[in-house]
Amino acid sequence: MRAMKDGRPASGQMFSVATSGGGSRAALAAAAAILIMLAALPAFAARNLIQDLIFLFYMLALAQCWNLLAGFSGLISVGQQAFVGLGGYMLFALTLFAGLDPLLAIPLAGVVCATFALPTALIVFRLRGAYFAIGTWVVAEVYRLVFAQFKGLGGGTGTSLAPSVTSTVFGIEWVKALFDVRTPAARDIISYWGALVLMAGTLVFVYAVLRSRRGLALGAIRDQEAAAAGLGVDIYRTKRAVYVAAAAMTGMIGALIYLQKARISPDAAFSVLDWTAYVIFIVVIGGIGTMEGPVIGAIIFYLLQRYLADFGAWYLILLGTLAIAVMLFAPRGLWGFVAERFRVTLFPTRRRLVIGADEVKGG
Amino acid sequence: MLLDIAALSKSFGSIVAADNLDLVVAANEAVGIIGPNGAGKTTLFNLIAGTLAPGGGTIRFGGCDITRAAPQTRCHSGIGRTHQIPQPFEKLTVFENLLVGAVHGRSMSEREAARSCGEILERLGLLRHANSLAGSLTLLQRKRLEMARALATAPKLLLLDEIAGGLTEGECAELIATIRDIRNTGVAMLWIEHVVHALLAVVDRLIVLNFGRKIAEGAPREVIRSPEVRQIYIGIEA
Repeated sequence: MRAMKDGRPASGQMFSVATSGGGSRAALAAAAAILIMLAALPAFAARNLIQDLIFLFYMLALAQCWNLLAGFSGLISVGQQAFVGLGGYMLFALTLFAGLDPLLAIPLAGVVCATFALPTALIVFRLRGAYFAIGTWVVAEVYRLVFAQFKGLGGGTGTSLAPSVTSTVFGIEWVKALFDVRTPAARDIISYWGALVLMAGTLVFVYAVLRSRRGLALGAIRDQEAAAAGLGVDIYRTKRAVYVAAAAMTGMIGALIYLQKARISPDAAFSVLDWTAYVIFIVVIGGIGTMEGPVIGAIIFYLLQRYLADFGAWYLILLGTLAIAVMLFAPRGLWGFVAERFRVTLFPTRRRLVIGADEVKGG
Repeated sequence: MLLDIAALSKSFGSIVAADNLDLVVAANEAVGIIGPNGAGKTTLFNLIAGTLAPGGGTIRFGGCDITRAAPQTRCHSGIGRTHQIPQPFEKLTVFENLLVGAVHGRSMSEREAARSCGEILERLGLLRHANSLAGSLTLLQRKRLEMARALATAPKLLLLDEIAGGLTEGECAELIATIRDIRNTGVAMLWIEHVVHALLAVVDRLIVLNFGRKIAEGAPREVIRSPEVRQIYIGIEA
């Protein structure tokens, strides 16, 4: 305002900022309703549906984390499997060696991943663009090789969670009594709720970041890093914060994944295909740089995987073809395609300038 | 002195972009810089804004040594700049581009920033495009956005890098009026420009750079008439 104090008199118009769109309140109510329904689902659903949904939820959560880095911050990491694996291994270490409850081990795994992400950021942030992508992958490979050295965690061949750990997870007796199910089914229900909480938590967290002042800085950094610095954005701190937060969330998701799988090995836990390539597929076909995109992408990926995975090589050929088709014909992904036509958004993050009561039309 | 540069040097290999350069700008002063291509003008801006680190010398701003300060720190202390080739945040809207400067350059909340950003957009004739993506702007609008975005950080010193190039007569006159306006609010400026008549309409003092050295400095019209400058700028009309 200082610059405006004595200049040409302004027209005296009122300016304000608006973020939420017309449909967003309805979307919020719908999201809450869906969440409650999903939470109550174990009362009706068959066990294999619950297992499928666990997969859907954790892939969606991973996709949201990757999208926060790549789509919103321009940090294209091919090494997020480092934190899936680290989180998974932390779950095993904390439950097997320290005797912690798995549900307590999950957030702790997130803390450990954040702690490891700090020095990792120091290394990978020296690189940019394609070099950053390759650098993150190399770091993930280092993690894999290091964990193959721990004999106590099964070395290169991996290890399993003792049944005593998985069958005594917090709340299992209560679930058994409530739904009248056996231990394995009760375990799945608890993993299901865990996955649901992490998925919803990731959505809320990513949305909160995008709506905050840091979210604004991320968009600026993604589009023009040097110009962002000249406008007062602390680029390094902003990137590091988002990288560490994504690592913590990815680590918690990894811990949950391996609680559900109950068996871990370095090759599976640090798999670039399972935890990064598929995740990129989800984000790209759904719509990179949107929050709705990964949701749609994850559902499509789940359906493809559910009904076509038996076709082996053909399944992978189909995934590749689909990804190429989307990149060529709908480069902003399926959600981008829909949003452009119908001008809808479920998670509004755009700040719009409102003049008086009338809003300026976008052009 | 608001900006006080002493013995500043910068080389890229064998090319000397700043050669033992001294330069001062007082508060509320407008200083123009001219010089042939490759004279080190934009490099000087990069050194002042912190995009480049100098090889030697010191830069003081508002009494503080900022020679080694990060670009964002310099922005916070009151240096705003435009880029010769506009660098908008293309996937953000025009308004959001300004918001970045206001929120991060001045530590305002978005709500507080909306008013000053709206006023700046109005003044620079970008209000109609406030909610359009910056990537959809024409070159002229992008140049205006460069200025608007720098103003959103409420600078004490504005570095303008060739903002009048490629404008029609009418657009240029409009730009001069806008820049005078900004000056009248107490913002000092350092302005690199090839369109000399635009510079002469605004600046108090003119500096001529060549090969990273200051070859002339003084009252604009006298500097332009000096034989040294004539030699570089053949056929200049003032």
